[in-house]
Amino acid sequence: MSGLKDAGHLFRFAGLFVVAFLVFLVVRGYVVPKTFGEFGHYRGAAIGEIAQCPVKFAGHQTCETCHSDIADTKTKGAHAHVNCEACHGALAQHALADDPTSMIPVKPDTLVLCARCHTASAAKPKGFPQVDPADHMGGVPCQTCHNPHSPAIGSDAGTGAGASPAAGGAK
Amino acid sequence: MNISRRHLLILLPAAAVAWKYVEAGTPEASPNYQMSEHWWGMLIQIPKCIGCGNCVRACATENDVPDNYFRTWVERYNVTDTNMTTPVVISPDGGKEGFPVAQEDAGKYFFVPKMCNHCADSPCTQVCPVGATFISPDGVVLIDQTYCLGCAYCVQACPYGCRYIHPQKKVADKCTLCYHRITKGLTTACCEACPTGARQLADLKNPNDPIHEFLKTHPVEVLKPQMATGAKAYYYGLDGSVR
Repeated sequence: MSGLKDAGHLFRFAGLFVVAFLVFLVVRGYVVPKTFGEFGHYRGAAIGEIAQCPVKFAGHQTCETCHSDIADTKTKGAHAHVNCEACHGALAQHALADDPTSMIPVKPDTLVLCARCHTASAAKPKGFPQVDPADHMGGVPCQTCHNPHSPAIGSDAGTGAGASPAAGGAK
Repeated sequence: MNISRRHLLILLPAAAVAWKYVEAGTPEASPNYQMSEHWWGMLIQIPKCIGCGNCVRACATENDVPDNYFRTWVERYNVTDTNMTTPVVISPDGGKEGFPVAQEDAGKYFFVPKMCNHCADSPCTQVCPVGATFISPDGVVLIDQTYCLGCAYCVQACPYGCRYIHPQKKVADKCTLCYHRITKGLTTACCEACPTGARQLADLKNPNDPIHEFLKTHPVEVLKPQMATGAKAYYYGLDGSVR
């Protein structure tokens, strides 16, 4: 017994260790986020948070649910695979609204818009249709002759040659 | 009910493990989206890119990317004759507003859209000291911005220069492959806005994704294959001068 009595300070020291370890476990439980380590060395809930960001581009499938007439026009032309928002810009505000008329999209200026893709440059792929804007139409808006939704002149796409510049084939 | 000491010793760790999962919850991104069923990548076809900058603008709009910072950008290469080691590369404002008109007879020109390669063995996630950046179970390299310290180790580690420190948030920022869109069944903003189909989102775990047929039948390359990053941005028609 005398041996154990002499070792009393060691037990107190060991007890201190145990208490410190328990405090560590409790603090760790509070500090480390619940989902940390769920999938790896990171906070698993972060994935869900990132996925909840709002969408700004509605996607062409959403546009086509209402604007099916434009979708039909497009499928016949060279712009069949150009998505709506590639030209019209991000429109989730319009497309995903309860009342889409609450936000009427502004029609893009074709003189700027069309030129972005179709201005002639030696850097562009050779097969891509390109024009020198000044030489090609001299300031006349593109949709005067071309329907942007089906750009070949004389295509059965509605506006065609001589249409009102403001019409743009869009509704 | 009598539980012996032996049974208690077996049950306690099992209960602890079970409780951990109860606490963890299941942060699935979208009700019908299963992370385990996807492995995301991107296909970029150089011959289709016209350098219009639609992708750069769409990305900035969709993700509120600050001015002069880019999650995706477009570079224009000009290679003269056989001089492949010193191509002339320009990317004015990331190609956001397109490129100046190039003259004929000045050599070979092509556009290279760049973005996070969502590497399967990404250097950037390996250097993070706090576990703020990671590869999600569906193969997207993401940042937990509430956890990031802004030390910028990852910015230095990325061999493709795809990360930056957000000037206002002071934490690392990068392409999320529009994670908030792809988990809802939409394509990325850059793919949605690309007029020529030069960019295509690819789900490498979906056997019906056209990417598989494309990879089988076309020569493709990733950027800096010697870095062994497991990059998942596949480039078709990539020139050897691209760095």
